[in-house]
Amino acid sequence: MKSIEELKAIKAKNRGDMSVRDAKGAPVINVHMGTCGIANGAREVLIAVMDEIKTRNLTNVHVTQSGCPGMCVEEPLITLTIPGEKPYIYRKVSPENAKAIVTRHVVNKQPVKEWLLNLEN
Amino acid sequence: MDFYRSHVLTCAGTGCTSMDSRLVRQGLHDELAKRGLDKEIKVLETGCFGFCNMGPIMVVYPEGTFYCQVQQQDITQIIEEHFIKGRPVERLLYKGQEAQATTEMENIEFFKHQERVVLSNCGKINPENIEEYIAEDGYFALAKCLDMTQEEVIDTVKKSGLRGRGGGGFPTGTKWDFAYKSQSDQKYVVCNADEGDPGAFMDRSVLEGDPHSVLEAMAIAGYAIGANKGYIYIRAEYPIAVERLGIAISQARELGLLGKDIFSKGFDFDIELRLGAGAFVCGEETGLLQSIEGKRGEPRPRPPFPAVAGLWTQPTLINNVETYANIPRIILRGADWFAGMGTEKSKGTKVFALAGKVNNIGLIEIPMGTTLRTIVYDIGGGIPKGKNFKAVQSGGPSGGCIPAEHLDVPIDYDSLMSIGSMMGSGGLIVMDEDNCMVDIAKFYMEFIQDESCGKCPPCRIGTKRMLEILTKITEGRGEPEDLDNLQILASNIKNTALCALGQTAPNPVLSTMKYFRDEYEAHIYEKKCPSKVCQALLSYVIDPEKCKGCGLCARNCPSDAISGKVKEPYSIDQSKCVKCGECMARCKFGAIDKK
Repeated sequence: MKSIEELKAIKAKNRGDMSVRDAKGAPVINVHMGTCGIANGAREVLIAVMDEIKTRNLTNVHVTQSGCPGMCVEEPLITLTIPGEKPYIYRKVSPENAKAIVTRHVVNKQPVKEWLLNLEN
Repeated sequence: MDFYRSHVLTCAGTGCTSMDSRLVRQGLHDELAKRGLDKEIKVLETGCFGFCNMGPIMVVYPEGTFYCQVQQQDITQIIEEHFIKGRPVERLLYKGQEAQATTEMENIEFFKHQERVVLSNCGKINPENIEEYIAEDGYFALAKCLDMTQEEVIDTVKKSGLRGRGGGGFPTGTKWDFAYKSQSDQKYVVCNADEGDPGAFMDRSVLEGDPHSVLEAMAIAGYAIGANKGYIYIRAEYPIAVERLGIAISQARELGLLGKDIFSKGFDFDIELRLGAGAFVCGEETGLLQSIEGKRGEPRPRPPFPAVAGLWTQPTLINNVETYANIPRIILRGADWFAGMGTEKSKGTKVFALAGKVNNIGLIEIPMGTTLRTIVYDIGGGIPKGKNFKAVQSGGPSGGCIPAEHLDVPIDYDSLMSIGSMMGSGGLIVMDEDNCMVDIAKFYMEFIQDESCGKCPPCRIGTKRMLEILTKITEGRGEPEDLDNLQILASNIKNTALCALGQTAPNPVLSTMKYFRDEYEAHIYEKKCPSKVCQALLSYVIDPEKCKGCGLCARNCPSDAISGKVKEPYSIDQSKCVKCGECMARCKFGAIDKK
C-alpha cells in the first residue's frame, strides 16, 4: 500500500458491491413475482433489470421481488420506488422495456409515462 | 462488475457454527447453483450477530430480513418463497413478546438497547475479505495516524478516556505514553487474546468477525510507541479465530498494510501469531509475555512493568482485543465522539457475553452506564420459566456476584468495584433461584485451583484451603468458624498473592458471603441447601399421594434404595440413597421431590 488513494480506490470499488446491504436511501426496483407474473415472463424481466444494472455499473440500486398485487392481467409488473416519491407501477413490462426503465427512470430520472399503470402519478 | 441483487449474510461465528451453520451455508450454495441463481444471489460468511440463542442466524439484503434458527431443511422454502417470489418466510422470523413477527434486526428488543461500536462490523462484513473491511473505512485510521505525530496519536487515545477492556480498566492512553517514553531500539506491541474467564467469548467474537480492526489498531499502537513488531497471543482452542487472523494477516501483508514502508511513510510493522495452550494464567500480562518467550507461563513481580521491560526485557505495550478494536473508531470519529458515550469515568461501550439463566443468551454491546436490569430484562429477555432472579456474576473468577438489590447500578468500572465485583473482561452469568451461591463460590474456587500456576503460596495453598472449607460446607460438615476462616484466608490472599489473578481469586467467595450470607448459614447451621443443589444436604422423597406404584423408580435405582409393592406407594431408604436423582428424572407422575 503506497498511498491513501490506493486505499480509497479499494473502498470505492467494494462500497458499490456492498451497497446491497445498506438498507436506506436507494431506489428499489420491485419485480412482482406471483405465479401470474412468472407465467407472463417476470423472471426474464428480473434478469433484464439485473443485466442493465451490471452493464451500466450502477450501484446503490436495490432489486427486490414481491408477490402478485392483484392485477394479474397487467403482469409482468414492476414497482419502482424512489425514496421520498410515490411508487411508480409499470405494466406489461417486457425485458426490453425493463432495460429502458432502468436507463430512463432510474438513471435519467424521467418516468416513462406511456408504460405506467397509475397515470395520475 | 458483478451485480448481485441479494446478499445473504450467514453467521460464521463459533455459536452458529456449532449449530451447523456451515451445512446451511453449503446447502444454500449448492441449491442456488442448481437453480442457476448463484449469479444473482451472493452467500457470504460474517461474524457474530450476538443473538446466539436464536442461531443459526441469516440476514437477507436488500430487505434486511432477519431469519432465526435456520436449518438445512429450510433452504428450499427460503429459495422458493423469498428469493423467487419475494415473500419472507414467516415461520423463521423472530417472534418476541409482541405477537407480530418482525423482519428487521432493529425492531428486535435484543438489539434495540445496544450500541454496536466494537461489534459494528460483526454481522455486516465478510471477515475473510480485507476489501470489505476497507469498504467500511478499514485502515483509514492507520493512514490518518501516519500523518499525525506519535504524541498526537497518544493524546487522542488519552482524550477519548478509553480504559483497558481486559478487566483492569487502566487508562489506555497512559499505558501507550509509558511505552512511548521508554527508550529502546526495539519495542513490541502485544495483543492479549487469551480470553479465559468461564462463559466469556467477547474477544473470540471480535477476532472471528472483525480481525482486521485488531491488526489495524496494533499497527497504530506500533507507530505511536515506536515499535515495528507485534504479537497476538491467542489460545489454540479458538480455531476459527486463529484461522481468520491468519487469513487477515496474510491479506494485510499482500496489500502492504503490514510490512515495510506502509503508505510510503517509512513505517514498518508486522504481526505474528503465538498460540497458547489455554492456561488461565497466561491471560495475566507478565505470564503471557513469559509464554511468548517460550518459557513456562508464570507471572513475575511488577515493577518493572511491561511498558519498561516486557518481552525479552524490551519495552512492550500489551492491550486486550476489545481495547484494540476500539482504537480505529476513536481515531476516525474522534476522541470527543467516544468520550460522549458512557459515564464520567468509564467512556465508550462494553461488550458482554450474556450467559446462564437468561432467555437471550448471546453477545451484546452496550454503552457504559447501562443498568443490569436493562441487560437482564430488556436485552436478555428475563429469566426462563418464570423463575426469580437471584444474582449476576460478572468479572469471571476475579469478579463477584451482584444481587437483585443492585440491579439498577449503572455498569462501569468504578460502580462494579464499589459493590464488590468488577468489570472483568465481560462475562455476565445470570443466576436464578435454583442456583446455590455456596456452590457457585465453590465452582470458581475449583477453577482457580485448577488454573493456579503455583508460583506463589497464597494462591497455590490459600485457595486450596478455601476450596476445602467450601467443600466441607456443601457436604454438610460446615462449622460456625468456617465463615471467619474464609474471611481471613481471603484477605490474606488478596494482600499477598503475586499477580492480579491470585489477588482477586477470593472475590467470588467474598461477594457471595456478603450478599448471600443466609445461604452459607443455612448450609452450616441447618444443614440445608435452600436452592436444593448441594446433593449431600438434600433427600429424595416419594409423595405417597402422587405415587401410582408403577415401580419405574425402583427398577432404575442404582443402589436398590427404593422398595414397595406394585400399585402401592413406594418409599426410599435414605440410608441407601446415593442421591443421584435418577428416580426423580424417571418418575412420570412428578411424585418424587427434593427436600
